[in-house]
Amino acid sequence: MKSQANPQNTSAATISERATRRSLTDVFKNWELLLVVLIIIVVLVNTRLSPYFLNAKNISRTSSDFMEIGLMMLPMVFIVVTGNIDLSVASNMGMSASFMGLLHNMGVNIWLAALAGLALGTLGGVLNGYLIAKVKLPSLVVTLGTYAFFRGIAYGFLGDQAARNYPAKFTYLGQGRVGGSLIPVSVAIFIGLAIIFGIILHATKFGRHLYAIGNNEEAAKYSGVPIDKIKFSLFVISGFMAAFAGLVLAARFGSTRPDNGTGLELAVITATVLGGVDIDGGKGSMYGAVLSLLLIGLLRFGMGLVNIQSQVQSTIIGLLLIVSIFLPHIGQRIAANKATRFRWKTVLAVVGIIALFVLFFVFFFWSRAPVLAEI
Amino acid sequence: MTDQETSIGKQVPRQKLNLLELFSRFREVGIIVFIAILVVAVSLRAPSFLTINNLTDILMNISIMIIVAMAQTMVILTGGIDLSVSSVIGLVAMMVGFTLSANSGIPDIAAVLLGIALGAVLGTFNGLIITVGKVPPIIATLGTLSIYRGLVFFYSQGTWINAFELPQSVKLLSKGKPLGVPNLIIIALLIAALTFIFLKFTRVGRNIYAVGSNADAAEFAGIRPQRIKLLVYVLSGLISGLAGVLWLSRFESAQTNSALGFELQTVTAAVVGGVSTSGGVGTIPGVLLGALLLGIIQNSLTLIQISPFWQLAAQGLLIIIAVVSDKLISKRIVRSK
Repeated sequence: MKSQANPQNTSAATISERATRRSLTDVFKNWELLLVVLIIIVVLVNTRLSPYFLNAKNISRTSSDFMEIGLMMLPMVFIVVTGNIDLSVASNMGMSASFMGLLHNMGVNIWLAALAGLALGTLGGVLNGYLIAKVKLPSLVVTLGTYAFFRGIAYGFLGDQAARNYPAKFTYLGQGRVGGSLIPVSVAIFIGLAIIFGIILHATKFGRHLYAIGNNEEAAKYSGVPIDKIKFSLFVISGFMAAFAGLVLAARFGSTRPDNGTGLELAVITATVLGGVDIDGGKGSMYGAVLSLLLIGLLRFGMGLVNIQSQVQSTIIGLLLIVSIFLPHIGQRIAANKATRFRWKTVLAVVGIIALFVLFFVFFFWSRAPVLAEI
Repeated sequence: MTDQETSIGKQVPRQKLNLLELFSRFREVGIIVFIAILVVAVSLRAPSFLTINNLTDILMNISIMIIVAMAQTMVILTGGIDLSVSSVIGLVAMMVGFTLSANSGIPDIAAVLLGIALGAVLGTFNGLIITVGKVPPIIATLGTLSIYRGLVFFYSQGTWINAFELPQSVKLLSKGKPLGVPNLIIIALLIAALTFIFLKFTRVGRNIYAVGSNADAAEFAGIRPQRIKLLVYVLSGLISGLAGVLWLSRFESAQTNSALGFELQTVTAAVVGGVSTSGGVGTIPGVLLGALLLGIIQNSLTLIQISPFWQLAAQGLLIIIAVVSDKLISKRIVRSK
């Protein structure tokens, strides 16, 4: 496998934003190594905090909780490497699963219904791909629209109802384990697909084309990369994988509701960006993304064990996302500014801003003092 | 009118400028025609549509959307996006709500100012991670969308603010009618007018367009793009903070899921109203029409008894149609040149 350092095309650096902003991979020469270190720290801290952390059964059970995110993350890495984004994945997942649930409620055979769900999700991907590759609309705008559209269709299908009573042979997909081992079926599927996606990204012409598009789309176009075809296929793959993730989620829950997976797109993008994939495209690796998924999974598992609310967990993951882009840049800036002279104005601004935030949190806790003091 | 909007920061030849002008005008005329068709069609099926009560209802329902869409428009004009507005509204409504219920006798104006101040701090945080931290706006505000929402859960600890915990005067802040029309509608129109004047007639307002059209060119022209960007996120937080207090007043409650998903409506209003997501193009009257169109669609879907579950799908479809038609029209104009 080739490393992500492969297409170090510098022509894209002419874009001003690119010149000032560097990705994580530039700052930490080996971002993946850093992720491994972070994973070890999280494991050590969690082991100290909770006796239930290092428990094979617990880890096996919790690992399947992140497979939907993982399945959607694989094509997301491709898409982000080309400098695009797909915000509609979680909605597509809800739409596909709801369609399957609707058909199941109507008495259609579960496998036929699942196939129909996959087809609808792929169709959703076709819509995204068509609007982005053929109509040439920005992926952000298109997928923000389909983000609402797909979720709306999911609600249209099931309304306030839920689909349940899936047969055991179907829920095996989300709840079963491979053979007599502790490895969940969904995890095995994810690992297999991650290897395939990794090989495609790092060892094929298609993969190299993705980096070329992400580094400089114009240059790639003139060197004969079939940009429209590639972009179209990426969003179709993403739609298919989102639908598949929807099936896995339905199988794991044993039911489908139209709001299934709401907000998961954030988790998917967080895992991708934290894995060192540059949000502006052109840089990143599949193993970095898989490592960051592992990190987020272990972090959430650990936070769950010490009883942190799921919404507060999202806050921490959101903070992690921002810090993972923010901190390297600040570090770089401080390093670059060493020579420049000390300026009172900057210091005053920094002090003022810190005071502002401190004031905010003082009020935040003071206004709820009796309640928040209890925890 | 749109002449100025496109000329700053963009070196567009005269001929092309006229075409763009034509297109922008066409865009607003297009929305008006669409609204007119919709109004005629719906009032034929549901005569109750064209009553003063229903029209006031529509305006009441889109007022907060208009207010936040003004903030969203300023952000999108610089080429950014603020997805965190809904969480800012939720957090500010919750914090102001608890403060009001725990301390009786706080004057209304203090509550409003508190909301604005809290919102401004949250907006400053957004602005700093985008300008100083160089985090792309979409990622930054997607992150703070969940951070601020998480703070709502942490702050409320699962409880909420009910109508009886709020002073009557705060409830009347949006619903009182000293001028014959509910205050909320007047506040929304006032903010729209202020934003219009700010963007059109002040130097900083013009700079927002310049930065969105071409940040590099703007910098050469002596504008500091980072400062302008920081400013629009602070303004966005500030306006969303005000919207949070108004939300509390209008719905007489603050819940953990208050305004959940509302960010999308504000983006839709702006995009349908002709604001280009790549920055630099868009007008306030256009956004007002976009918000009106959204409000009429929501209202008429209910009146002609379409399941509320399909309304989100209709909204999503509308964004897609708006951006596709926008693209196709501009393509045709370029070709016909």
